[in-house]
This record gives sequence, C-alpha cells and structure tokens, in this order.
Amino acid sequence: MGNVIEVRHLVKRYGDVEAVADVSLALPEGDVLCLLGPNGAGKSTTVRILSTLTRASAGSGQIAGYDLNRQTRQIRQSIGYVAQEAGTDAYLTGRENLLVQAAAHRIRGRAAQDRVAELLELVQLEYAADRLARTYSGGMRRRLEIAMGIVHRPRLLFLDEPTTGLDPQARTALWSGLAGIAAEQQLSILLTTHYLEEADQLADRIVIINGGRVVAEGTPAELKARVATDSDHPAGLDEVYQRYAGPVEEVLAP
Amino acid sequence: MIIAIITRTSIAAVGDQFTATTTMLGRGYRMLRRQPLLFPIMLVQPMVWLLLYSQLFNRLPRLGGFGTDSYLQFLAPGIAVISAFSHGAWEGPGMIADIERGALDRFLTTPMPPSTLVVSRTVQAAIIGSLQAAAVVAVAYAFGARPNDLISVLVILVSAALICAGFAAFSYALALLFRRQETMIAVGQFAVLPFMFLSATLTSVAQMPPWMQEVSALNPVSWAVDAARTSMLGTAGSRVLVDLAVLVLLVAAMQVFARFALGRYRRAL
Repeated sequence: MGNVIEVRHLVKRYGDVEAVADVSLALPEGDVLCLLGPNGAGKSTTVRILSTLTRASAGSGQIAGYDLNRQTRQIRQSIGYVAQEAGTDAYLTGRENLLVQAAAHRIRGRAAQDRVAELLELVQLEYAADRLARTYSGGMRRRLEIAMGIVHRPRLLFLDEPTTGLDPQARTALWSGLAGIAAEQQLSILLTTHYLEEADQLADRIVIINGGRVVAEGTPAELKARVATDSDHPAGLDEVYQRYAGPVEEVLAP
Repeated sequence: MIIAIITRTSIAAVGDQFTATTTMLGRGYRMLRRQPLLFPIMLVQPMVWLLLYSQLFNRLPRLGGFGTDSYLQFLAPGIAVISAFSHGAWEGPGMIADIERGALDRFLTTPMPPSTLVVSRTVQAAIIGSLQAAAVVAVAYAFGARPNDLISVLVILVSAALICAGFAAFSYALALLFRRQETMIAVGQFAVLPFMFLSATLTSVAQMPPWMQEVSALNPVSWAVDAARTSMLGTAGSRVLVDLAVLVLLVAAMQVFARFALGRYRRAL
C-alpha cells in the first residue's frame, strides 16, 4: 500500500521566524504516526500545513494522493482534522455538532442522521447525544471532537495533542478507543503529543521534531535500539526523547 | 463549449455556496436561540431609542427642513437604520468567538467554500438587522407614524439590511486581521455614536453646521437613512435607487475586504 502522507522539505515562516525549518514525512496507509517534540518545536504548525489549514512557505508533497499545494479541496474531502482547540459549539448538542459537521461535508438528511447515530455509538456518547456540548466533561468533549473529525469517513485523521488536559483515566480510555476506531474505520492517523507513553502505546512510527526540524524517526523499537548503549538493555522512549529533543520536562508527567 | 463548462461549474459553485450558507445559518440560529435575553434585548433596544429620542426632540421639526411635522415619523426610519448599523458594527465579537474556540479552523478544513464563513454570517446579520427595523416600523406605526405604503416599508427593511451587512462584513474583516476581543468591543463602542450623530439619523441635514453636512454626505448611514426616510415620508425620487445601489456596492466591497482578511488570517496560522 502507498503512503497517505508523503511531504518533502516543508518550511513555514512568519516574518523572520521560522516555525518549521525542514520537515519531511511519510505515513504508510493504515499506520499511526506520532509527532513528538517539545512545545514550540513546530508540531502544530506542521499539522496545520498538512491539513490544508495554512500554506507552507516552501516544500511540496501529497496527502491522500493529492497535491498539497494545488488540490486542497480534494484533500479536505479525504482528511479529518481535530485541533487542540477543536471548536465544538458549546451551545449545540453533541448530535447537532455532528450534524453540522456532516453538512459541512455535504452529508445531509437521512444519510447524516444514520452516520451520526453510528458515530455516537462508536464513541459511546449516545446517552449524552442531546445534551449541550458545554455540559460534557473533557473526555466526552474529546470523543465528540474525534467523532466530528471522522464524520465523512476520511482516510486520514490528524489529531493535535488529543489527550492534553485529560485526566489519566480519560487519557487511557481515549488511547484504547482510538486504537479501536483506527482499526474499525481503516484510518491512518497522525497525532502530535508530548506524552511519551502515548507515542509508545499508539505509534507504528515516531517522528521527533525539534526547532522545526525532524531530528529522528523510526518505529518505537528502532529508536529504542538506536539509543541503547548496551544491547541487553533497550533504552526507554524517554531516553530516546532526551537524546534527540533535549531534557525531558513536562513530558515526564506521570 | 468552454463557456458551457464554466457556466456549469459556476452554477455548481453557487449551489455549494447556497447549501453551505443554509447549514451555517441553521447553526447560527440554534446558537442565538439558546442565548438568554438575546432576542428581547435585540428588539427592545431600538424601541427604547425610538421612544426616548422622539420624546426628547419632539419639537425639532419646528426648525424646518424635516419634511414632516411629526418627529416620530421623521425619526422612525432613522432608528430602523441605526439599530441595524449598530448590530452590524457589533458582529466582530461573534467572529472572534469562533476563532478562539477553533470553530473557524474546523470549518476551514472541510470542503465548504471558505467564503461561506463570511457570507453566512453577513446574511444572518442582515436578517437580524432588518427584523429590528421591522420592529421599529411596527412600534412607530402603533404610535401613529404611518409609512407611505408597503413598498416604503420594504425599502426601509432593505436599507437596514444593507447597512447592517456592510458594517458586519467590515467588522469580520477587522476581527480576522486583529483577532482580539477587546479590539472588537472597542470598535463596537466607538462606532455607534459618531456614525449616528454625523448622519441624518436624528436631525435634518439642513440644521447641521456646514462641515457636518459634508461629513454626513459621506457617511453610509446617511445614504441608508435617506433611502428609508424619503420612502417613509412618500417623498422618494430616483435618488433612492442611487442610495440603494451605492449601499450594494459598499456591501460588495466589504465582502472583498473580509475575504482578503480571511486569506491573511490563514497565512498567519
């Protein structure tokens, strides 16, 4: 199978500031890729470029087989994007949020109703479907946002720090939920995180970026082996991270 | 052949824009409906202006140049227009809320035409602005100020919708460029009084000092008030069509400005 993301030498400048200096990525169809890196490393900017929200200052590539710089409309039909502030409407119910998102993807009427019911079941929000989203807990809101991100059955889902701000239980629940959804919906996923544990749990591939550049990439096992000083003792992911992205700070949150 | 293709794609584009706009209007309506006190305040505020000013300046028409002896009749189209203007000038904060919550970015990564995000809000504002104008006309009617005919009522509503749409789009553009809630609140607070007093809203242009007459002639609020008032009083001539046409151009220009601001916003993301 081909790559659902294939981009080369992406650059994003804001005036004199280079938020992304040189990022190249490849994601094989069906895999989960974790973008790891400290705050300000360029993770979110990279995702905003890949999801067509903003244009790269330089660089090229393909998303879901479409040209990143020219076929943004086709790309938008093939991807879902869940930002850190994912913009659920607080004064709409869960179901209404999903219906609006479906309509934005030109899914309406009976088809929309059916798809929304299916998604509410998938993310286990049926019981709260007709409550305003503002009454949802952090974990419920995240599940709603993820459901909104896949309402149009995209091939590829971008999740920008999906578990930031969730309590440990909600985080673990989301991880297992996500793995299930990815398998069931045949989704490829790119997610950013600064939780090493999250990358370890979910990722088929890890890309570490720092200072706007890719500093390491590979499967979790490859990265651990590369950093290990002693072949009998594979390194932990925290050692990998420390080696490539500098001292671990908030990333070691329990 | 090529023309046929272009026509077909542009018809499809208009269809897309239309359905996307109805989606966003539905979203907006549900969200407004759940905001407590919003609709009562939207309708009561113009009433307060209408009844207070008409009491306060009751004797103004004696100065001459008002075209009617009833100040209420003179004032009603002015208040209809300025209420709609005020609603438009206060639209920016809603756009900021969508930016801050991430809703704007969410819609920008769907296949929905990006212009819908500006167009649908503008249409929503115009509908609210003309509803406010309708309420003003109805209350004025109840207090004895009769519009000339049904067409004149229509012209009042259209003038209100256009001035509201023009300044709403301007306000979205500022919101997209500056992305600061405080800025948009300051704009709203600043706008209403100067635009009201430097226009024909409250008084006849004939009673203004010359410099004010000149400023007033350049004030879009005056164009809308002019169209609305001459229709109300039954003195409308072909000037009404000019006023309305210029207002349509204003709305179009502000749409272009807001689209430009949306482009700037995306590049800065």
